Amino acid sequence: MRSKNPLRFIYATPYAVWLVLFVLAPIAVIVYYSFFDLSGHLTLANYRNFFSSIYFKLTISSFWYAFLITFFALLISYPTAYFLTKTRHKQLWLLLIIIPSWINLLLKTYAFIGLMGVYGPINAFLEAVGIGSQQILFTDFSFVFVSVYIFIPFMILPIFNALDKINPTLLDASKDLGANAWVTFKRVIWPMTTDGVKSGIQVVFIPALSLFMITRLIAGNKVITLGTAIEQQFLVTQNWGMGSTIAVFLIIFMFLIMILTSGKKGGIIK
Amino acid sequence: MKKLGILPRVYLAAVFVILYAPIFYLIYYSFNSGDGMSHFESFTLDHYQAVFQDTRLLIIVLNTVIIALLSALLSTTIGVIGALMIYFMKNKSARQAVLSLNNILIVSPDVIIGASFLILFTLIGVKLGFASVLISHIAFSIPIVVIMVLPKLLEMSTTLIDAARDLGASRKDILTRVILPYIKPGIFAGFFLALTYSLDDFAVTFFVTGNGFSTLSVEIYSMARTGITLTINALSGLIFLITIILVLGYYIIGNKAKSPQGVKK
Repeated sequence: MRSKNPLRFIYATPYAVWLVLFVLAPIAVIVYYSFFDLSGHLTLANYRNFFSSIYFKLTISSFWYAFLITFFALLISYPTAYFLTKTRHKQLWLLLIIIPSWINLLLKTYAFIGLMGVYGPINAFLEAVGIGSQQILFTDFSFVFVSVYIFIPFMILPIFNALDKINPTLLDASKDLGANAWVTFKRVIWPMTTDGVKSGIQVVFIPALSLFMITRLIAGNKVITLGTAIEQQFLVTQNWGMGSTIAVFLIIFMFLIMILTSGKKGGIIK
Repeated sequence: MKKLGILPRVYLAAVFVILYAPIFYLIYYSFNSGDGMSHFESFTLDHYQAVFQDTRLLIIVLNTVIIALLSALLSTTIGVIGALMIYFMKNKSARQAVLSLNNILIVSPDVIIGASFLILFTLIGVKLGFASVLISHIAFSIPIVVIMVLPKLLEMSTTLIDAARDLGASRKDILTRVILPYIKPGIFAGFFLALTYSLDDFAVTFFVTGNGFSTLSVEIYSMARTGITLTINALSGLIFLITIILVLGYYIIGNKAKSPQGVKK
């Protein structure tokens, strides 16, 4: 057989080079740089800094915001996905849900600067109903709202796919056996869609931890996430060592979340 | 199938309105002769004219498109090679390991990709600008192409390859006349996805772009930081149009490919 030939994968060199240079090497350089301070001395100071109160608070608040964003995205997306599967042209409706996610992220964020502005339509509406105009932009609320808006389509997609796979006869069986709508949901539909929910959480939570553009444009630097901190260290302070240290922890968190949300059995939600 | 009740309809309608409101809001004010997004004065196409007269902006648009096309083309080529390699690997655990490595860049946050590539380019000595942005876009698009092509390969019956070999086809023939035609829908889907990822990317580009070079996302970011300019609105109107065309193209190809898995980010 020719397959014993040691050169049989020679054609795959470009892909192998990519694996080494752009998957393994980046992680290696991040870890390597995390041990150096601003003046290039080998040190553990960055790690000591990370465990100081400032970065600890930052990590906690970053997780808290990511949690809020994921929670609200899930809260809105699950019913949406559920109702979508009941519509007649569900694939078309699904496509319509996804189209906004193909519009450049920056443009959508920019739209909210106008929408939520002091003279924007939301404030005009609040004024009209008698609440009076509020400072919406540059608050926690606007940050969470815009982030949820951005992530909703990514949450809907896996849940829709999971719901769509459920065999409708199972629901009939459940009804025949005397279960009401709530019991059917709790005991039949939800358990069968947890995998979809988990992948939804995965595609929302990890990016939500590392948002930095929305924090700058919408939250006006009031919200600092791990992503913002990394961007700040790399591009503003030019302290690559500290930036890399935060990145190392973000990578660790990423792997933890993936392990938590990808297990077929058990997992964080029951 | 049961018809939807009134409450679910209202709910779905609300979700759709919220999803589309910001986009149509932008486009609506792109026709405003006033200078902000708060009250509409009268209809004008001035801002669209401004987009087409702004040479700097047009160069940036051109840059963005060139980067997207080149990176999609090259990443599709390398991605197909990667998918073939994974497909032909006999060792199950080695295959799983390569696949896991492949997926790392898909789940990695953009900031991490951007920051690590920035260090990498500085170490190797790649000048920040066109080259670094192009290489980054190729790098983060490759795993997506692999993910789109691999299911097509796995779905292909191995008897096809055996038959071709029995009939005397050379390895090159098997590749170009059996495998590639079969996985073509997956290749096109991968290409389109790579194209849209490149066009949409902000964070990675923001890290690895130098001073002189800019793509549309980065440019919009710096314009948005200084405040509202209706030129951005006109630009978004145009982008919306192009996106719709791209989505339709992808939808048609995707329907042909009937890929078993949804598009994941």
